[in-house]
Amino acid sequence: MKKLSARRRHPLAALVVLLLALACTGGLYAVFAPADKAQADETAQSLTIEEGKKLYAVGCASCHGTGGQGTSDGPSLVGVGAAAVDFQVATGRMPAATSQGPQVPEKKNIYSQAEIDQLAAYIASLGAGPSIPTEEQYGPEGADIAKGGELFRNNCAQCHNFTGKGGALTHGKYAPSLEGASPKHIYEAMQTGPQNMPSFPDTTLSEKNKKDIIAYLDAVNSEKTESPGGLALGGLGPVSEGLFGWIFGLGGLIAVAVWVAARTAKAKKS
Amino acid sequence: MSSQDIPEENLPAAQSAGHDEHGHGAVSVADDKHPFADPGLPPHEHRIQDVDERAAKRSERSVALMFTVSMLATVAFIAAFVAIPVDKSVYIWPLGHISALNFALGMTLGIALFCIGAGAVHWARTLMSDVEVADERHPIEATPEVREKVFADFSQGAKESALGRRKLIRNTMLGALTLVPLSGVVLLRDLGPLPGTKLRHTLWSKGKLLVNMNTNEPLRPSDVAVGSLTFAKPEGLEEHDHGFQNEIAKAALMIVRLQPDDIKDKRELEWSHEGIVAYSKICTHVGCPISLYEQQTHHVLCPCHQSTFDLSDGARVIFGPAGHALPQLRIGVNDEGYLEAHGDFEEPVGPSFWERG
Repeated sequence: MKKLSARRRHPLAALVVLLLALACTGGLYAVFAPADKAQADETAQSLTIEEGKKLYAVGCASCHGTGGQGTSDGPSLVGVGAAAVDFQVATGRMPAATSQGPQVPEKKNIYSQAEIDQLAAYIASLGAGPSIPTEEQYGPEGADIAKGGELFRNNCAQCHNFTGKGGALTHGKYAPSLEGASPKHIYEAMQTGPQNMPSFPDTTLSEKNKKDIIAYLDAVNSEKTESPGGLALGGLGPVSEGLFGWIFGLGGLIAVAVWVAARTAKAKKS
Repeated sequence: MSSQDIPEENLPAAQSAGHDEHGHGAVSVADDKHPFADPGLPPHEHRIQDVDERAAKRSERSVALMFTVSMLATVAFIAAFVAIPVDKSVYIWPLGHISALNFALGMTLGIALFCIGAGAVHWARTLMSDVEVADERHPIEATPEVREKVFADFSQGAKESALGRRKLIRNTMLGALTLVPLSGVVLLRDLGPLPGTKLRHTLWSKGKLLVNMNTNEPLRPSDVAVGSLTFAKPEGLEEHDHGFQNEIAKAALMIVRLQPDDIKDKRELEWSHEGIVAYSKICTHVGCPISLYEQQTHHVLCPCHQSTFDLSDGARVIFGPAGHALPQLRIGVNDEGYLEAHGDFEEPVGPSFWERG
């Protein structure tokens, strides 16, 4: 001990202490973090809600209140249903950053699907709401793509653009592009109406309607979409196409005209 | 085309000393009337093609080559049109996957047109004469003698016609000339008939059910959740009806449900049913379909010119060029529990017009 205290003023002492502290923290994390995961994996169904509650207390309660009743920082989650939780957490929108702008953006999801299911089970236990849709509900079997296009243009295109490329709203809010959004999340978004998007419940937009819309989006806005026109310029319609035409088309013509006139044809270059 | 190809005696510098074949415009000296001397045109300089026949031949061949390429491109256009199937897709960097036919037709036609233009420009720049030509301009007015003669002829003609004396002829002629255009004016009648009260009325009337445009079923209050957005048409209007587009362009309805406590406008609350409000979907600015609804702020945004309406406050305009609030449809519930209209819109839907008031 005396030896130790004798060296406490050594120039490297602070560094040693720091390293020790870091090792300690890391060690503790290594001990606890896998333990949590292991627990989650082998949780029995009856304990799912209990586990969800624990996750909720850590990740959500600071804004949505300890019982999901909502606070000034976040809305009540009673009755939003499991579908809303699955959408918000699996797309990384929740938990939101503390200093959020006009709209909570999509970001990397930090929960495993098992944890999301536990959270969803807990929130669903607070009040009845839409449940997580099954593959059968959003899968492509039996969908009518043409009808889906009609429904999309009537209900969704005003904000998300004709092929789901997204668009601007007021005060920095926006309708995100639907490219790469999974069918399940599109279904959940229609059902629950996340953030400023209105909801389209089954009573006004039936299950079959939603299936059709998802099939339409898969046909017009996915990596397998055929684009006979080539360069889509963002698929935003006449604005980007006109801008491209004016800048590059007309600009190219002007550049050629300037180039032709600037080159003298005289034998003696001036 | 380097200058080494050109024989020394043909160079412009050597030439200008010898024979000067082109005039340099009128050269004058300063005098009292014209205080600045006119320097005339600068000495003409020759192009390589003017002094070197081999260069001129090369230019000729270039022009002919471009015209030939254009011909070949046109042939290729026709061949592509015949040969390439319409649904064939190819990958071309940087355009990505693109219809082979579109690409081939566009490229060949583009090359054909461009080569005609490029050939013509090259021809004009290298082979056609580029000698500066001065073209004198003169006053366009007639000489005093001609003017005098014209005025004399005119007054003599006026005297001989005796229009001032024979008043009957003059007056009837004026009458005939005045009436003739009336035939044209009368024909304008066929542009009508006038819209009458069409702009003030829609298909909505008392007792008409609100039909969901997605499912084609009448709506019940329980179908419409808070925060949801639904579009409705009047009962009896079917998509395949003649004139469907004309009617829906005026009758299109946007239905949202608010918490009754959130509704600030007294009339809006009165015209709603348990917080369900029905507003015209047609923007009052220039009539775009307006349905960018933000369910948390209750704002509706028009995609055309960003007019924003507050659906919780009588749809009043809170931003943008729209001049009127969106018209609200008064709704209620019939005996069978379906949502129904309590009449037509009280004011004309859509953009303002001259007689709107």
